[in-house]
Amino acid sequence: MTRPLARHAAGPRSETQAQAQLQPVIRLVSVTKTYGTGEAVVHALRGVSLEVAEGDYVAIMGASGSGKSTMMNIIGCLDVPSAGQFLIDGIDTSSLDEQQLAVVRNRKIGFVFQAFNLIPRMSAVANVELPLSYAGLRAAERRRRAESALRLVGLAERMAAQPKQLSGGQQQRVAVARALVTAPALILADEPTGNLDTRASHDLMDVFDRLNVAGRTIVLITHEADVAAHAKRVIGVQDGQIVADRRLSEPDALPPLLGQPAVRP
Amino acid sequence: MSPALVLRFALAGLAANKLRSALTTLGILIGVGSVVLLVAVGNGSSQSVQNAISSLGANAITVVHTEGAAGTTASTTAGTPAGTTAFAEPQNLTVQDAQALTQTQGVASVSPAVSTSETLSYGASSDSASLTGTYPSYFPVEDDTLSAGSYFTTQEVNTARDVVVLGSEAATDLFGTANPVGQSVLVAGIPFTVVGVLATKGASGLTSADNTAIAPLTTVQDALTGFGSLNDIVVQATSAALVDTVEGEITSTLDLRHHETAADADFEVLNASSLLSTASSTAHTFTVLLGAVAAISLLVGGIGITNIMLVTVTERTREIGIRKAIGATPGVILAQFLTEATLLSMIGGALGVLAGVIGTRFTIVGVRPVTVPLSIPLAFGVSALIGLFFGGFPANRAAHMRPADALRYE
Repeated sequence: MTRPLARHAAGPRSETQAQAQLQPVIRLVSVTKTYGTGEAVVHALRGVSLEVAEGDYVAIMGASGSGKSTMMNIIGCLDVPSAGQFLIDGIDTSSLDEQQLAVVRNRKIGFVFQAFNLIPRMSAVANVELPLSYAGLRAAERRRRAESALRLVGLAERMAAQPKQLSGGQQQRVAVARALVTAPALILADEPTGNLDTRASHDLMDVFDRLNVAGRTIVLITHEADVAAHAKRVIGVQDGQIVADRRLSEPDALPPLLGQPAVRP
Repeated sequence: MSPALVLRFALAGLAANKLRSALTTLGILIGVGSVVLLVAVGNGSSQSVQNAISSLGANAITVVHTEGAAGTTASTTAGTPAGTTAFAEPQNLTVQDAQALTQTQGVASVSPAVSTSETLSYGASSDSASLTGTYPSYFPVEDDTLSAGSYFTTQEVNTARDVVVLGSEAATDLFGTANPVGQSVLVAGIPFTVVGVLATKGASGLTSADNTAIAPLTTVQDALTGFGSLNDIVVQATSAALVDTVEGEITSTLDLRHHETAADADFEVLNASSLLSTASSTAHTFTVLLGAVAAISLLVGGIGITNIMLVTVTERTREIGIRKAIGATPGVILAQFLTEATLLSMIGGALGVLAGVIGTRFTIVGVRPVTVPLSIPLAFGVSALIGLFFGGFPANRAAHMRPADALRYE
């Protein structure tokens, strides 16, 4: 059960370069998603095709109702497409049942949500350990990995704190630690700075930039242009379709705003 | 994911709302406690009946007068082999029958008895008690002992003296703490002299064995019941081993005297063990009824678990969504909520067993409860199953929530 995870845990992904280039981390082929039936039918996605290469840093931008949340749900394996194909790390999700999707979420994806979504009454380190618990790791290994993930996001001092004892920015960094602790193929962040002030937002984006430099593939969903400016590629979504695809830097280059000081208002 | 971890998540879930968990536990506690306690009460009353009957002594055989099988006589006669002219009229059980039984091998004593219910009064106080008319040999067979005075004598029976021995409860009802011996009580308006008071025997099942009065057979027949049939003849065998033989002898002797066959007998021969089996079946019904009432309260407790788990699952929809997003499979979520429900019911069950066992230390409506050992693991096991069963529906709902919807839940 732990073997596939251990393979990724070996660090920057160990497949050959050729394989990595052939196989994008995510691949959407003519994905549509409709809700409801008959008169009340809503077309949330109207045929979206997208590939994200390993090591890329993508921002998906769009107004509310544009379909970007639906895209995030499908990329995150939280929902399945009505039609079309979605592959994550080469795995076609359309053939997977509820149980297998849960395993894919656990092994392949690290989530960061707007509302932090930490589990209350559990310490920071216990929250970070949670995905490893579901992966079936032993307690000592979980603790070791959770602590190193928390150190990576700069929270070495607050490991035993409960979520309510942490500031919003700290809570979101715990969430990032939880997202990266399983060494997933993809870190998926849904409006990660939406509940944070400018300072905390900048600190958080700095964490994302550094994670990308370390080789993590990141997809950000946002409606803020200054957040999207951190990404190497910005995709615009409108009315359930991709309307813009702008590359700011190459997937194997450094993130454009890496190490820049915070812009103080 | 290890069971220990599932258990830890479940405990954390329960600890999150302690008051609610405690109240739900209380429902199961009451259910399990009442199963253990009420079954113990039923069992206790059954045992006290059995003790009362066995106190009659294993040697006692009672011949009870019945109305006879008059209605079936004709058909029985039709089936009688030719040459026998027996035509059985239901006959009275008489003192002569009793005297005939004294000739039987293996009989230690024979006590003919009539019984009736009469009002006793002394001064302003009165009491309704059962009145038995018999011979002094009746006392040892009935396991009666004196607390004051003496028994009446055979001489007093033969001369039909107006003397009476009171049961302890009858004595207290009439005389309070005063000594009744030598006093005169009115039995149905006729004055009787109290010669003795019996020691307390305790309740036998639901009736008191102490609210009685015992007087000479002749006196009671003379003054109250008339010289019709005896109600019963209490025979004591010389040893327990002879009871069956003596019972057969009694039956054949009486059949002969009454010119009848077993089919149309106007009497019934009972010994302690046959009385015991009748009483046990009654007590068993009583125990089952009490158990059923308690089981219903356990069921209500179980529904309480379903109810509270549904609320919990709804309240924690978002948490369920988070857990699913980071990789909890439906099976793990199911296990967590089932464990929570089962913990609730098992904690309730354990406390209920404790409460029930403590409850059995007290006397309840005159019955000293006797715990049925099997009822404890059974009630506890059922409570655990109730958690699984009644927690199943809410847990399943949690397990199959769509993660995208659950995460959006406010």
